[in-house]
Amino acid sequence: MSTTESLVPTSALGEGPVVIAKDVSAGYGDNVVWRNASFEINKGEFVAIIGPNGAGKTTLFRILLGLQHPVGGKITMFGAEPTKGSPRIGYVPQHHVVDDESHIESGELVRLGLSGKRWGFSLFSHEDKKAAASALEGVGAAELAHRPLAELSGGELQRIFLAEALVSNPDLLLLDEPLSNLDMRRERDLLRLVNGVVKSKGVAALLIAHNINPLLPYLDKVIYIANGKVASGRPDQVLTSESLSALYDIHIEVLHDSLGNLAIVGIEGPHGDTV
Amino acid sequence: METRFSVAFDPNILTDLQQIWAYQFMQHAFEAGTLVSVVAGVVGYFVVLRRSTFVAHAFSEIGFAGAAGALLLGIPAVAGMILGSSIGGTGIAVLSRRSSHRDVYIGIVLAFALGLGLLFISLYTGYATEAYSILFGQILGISEGDVLLTLALTAAILLGVGLIYRPLLFASLDEEVAEAKGVPTLLIGIAFLLLVALSVSIAVQVTGVLLIFSLMVTPAATAQHLVRTPRNVIIISIAIALASTWVGLFVAFYTVYPVSFFITTIVFALYIVVRVFHRKILGPGEHRKGWRERMQIFMRDYYP
Repeated sequence: MSTTESLVPTSALGEGPVVIAKDVSAGYGDNVVWRNASFEINKGEFVAIIGPNGAGKTTLFRILLGLQHPVGGKITMFGAEPTKGSPRIGYVPQHHVVDDESHIESGELVRLGLSGKRWGFSLFSHEDKKAAASALEGVGAAELAHRPLAELSGGELQRIFLAEALVSNPDLLLLDEPLSNLDMRRERDLLRLVNGVVKSKGVAALLIAHNINPLLPYLDKVIYIANGKVASGRPDQVLTSESLSALYDIHIEVLHDSLGNLAIVGIEGPHGDTV
Repeated sequence: METRFSVAFDPNILTDLQQIWAYQFMQHAFEAGTLVSVVAGVVGYFVVLRRSTFVAHAFSEIGFAGAAGALLLGIPAVAGMILGSSIGGTGIAVLSRRSSHRDVYIGIVLAFALGLGLLFISLYTGYATEAYSILFGQILGISEGDVLLTLALTAAILLGVGLIYRPLLFASLDEEVAEAKGVPTLLIGIAFLLLVALSVSIAVQVTGVLLIFSLMVTPAATAQHLVRTPRNVIIISIAIALASTWVGLFVAFYTVYPVSFFITTIVFALYIVVRVFHRKILGPGEHRKGWRERMQIFMRDYYP
């Protein structure tokens, strides 16, 4: 897996940040979803993006994927503007579903993650087959390679999607709510897996989540998006009553329980939904 | 037994084939049938994978208007078919850029096209059998020119599918990720619809407008239950289409019944057999076992 990485000159990869956002505002036309976001994401960082529904978390992904342009400010990725179809990004969409009637084996999907963009067909190419096998092994799913997608459980599917995203050796991993359909044990397994990839390959991972608590042991950074504003930094600096209250100019409390779990109260509205 | 051509069935298949191929129209039927089966097996796989069955059906009926118009103008029906379904295909692709409302647009275009076809047929003063053969197939009336046109179109379609094979597969299986990876999904979708339009145009010669699914959908749907990689599904799908067409032609030669009927019946029977037995052969949990081992288990369990 590291061969491709070593082929890229160090100067191109650079020691600089993977993503730099300066006063970025996002939205559609006049409808600005959030404004003035400034943050940096570096190689090998595990970053959570949290916030209420509809706050614009997926919008940030769309900007990074080059599918949408910021309405203000400047965002650079690998030293350039985000472009559509960058091979350096691995992406797992939200509510990602594959055809449940599909009897195609999982390994084929992972293979397409590498060669699906290329024209023509390769009946006898073993290069992408090998890459798919090692990507599956990397996420501990080697034994799933020949299973039909339709037969896999939620946790198994997430590992296949992760392999599909990792097969092209990306430098940035975008995971949109990968934990939403998993029970606590599978949630923890997947997070450990992502953390392992982040730390061993120096990949930066951005993960959108509803609940920050299972992520806390692994996080280097958190980006909190709510009410049109974006806060970012180390979790223990950003997620405090003082900093959030100051940012949003309303009274917000970050509560801690005896196990170290936290809950953000005051910003979500009357339904009392917490992060 | 009553036969179509006063030639008796012989237990020796080779003698039969000699008898059959003595007729030039039967040669043409086998040639065109073979080409169409290969195309239908390949393109049909993507029709099934992308759930574009309704599109394929619509194209054949839009092509019907084109073919009827061609009859009226005295040009080959296949040419009218291609023109009709390509225009219809582009129209549908442009109208429904996103798949969510595609059905509605197809319905709208399809209804108009059928009305137009009806007008052309009623204006046409020639034989009514011409219209009938567009609807239900005319494989026994294929000329040498038709075969050559079919050959050229088969080459073009297979080349087209070969060219967009991987992006098409990626966009069909996982559109969101494919789009994020830079696959031009809209363009691929339009190219695919045009390939379906062309395929339908030549397949109609064999099955007719109304029975198009028998070659474009059923073989691929059957194959999907038997094997698990796209390449193998396509191979099996072609094999089923070929076998059904060949056997259908063979049986029809020695009876008075239509070829299309035999083709549709054979593919349907195969589908039913596979659906009934595939769980038992290829059931869950049996995935890691080889084909031979699965067969042994199957034989042990069901034929003790």
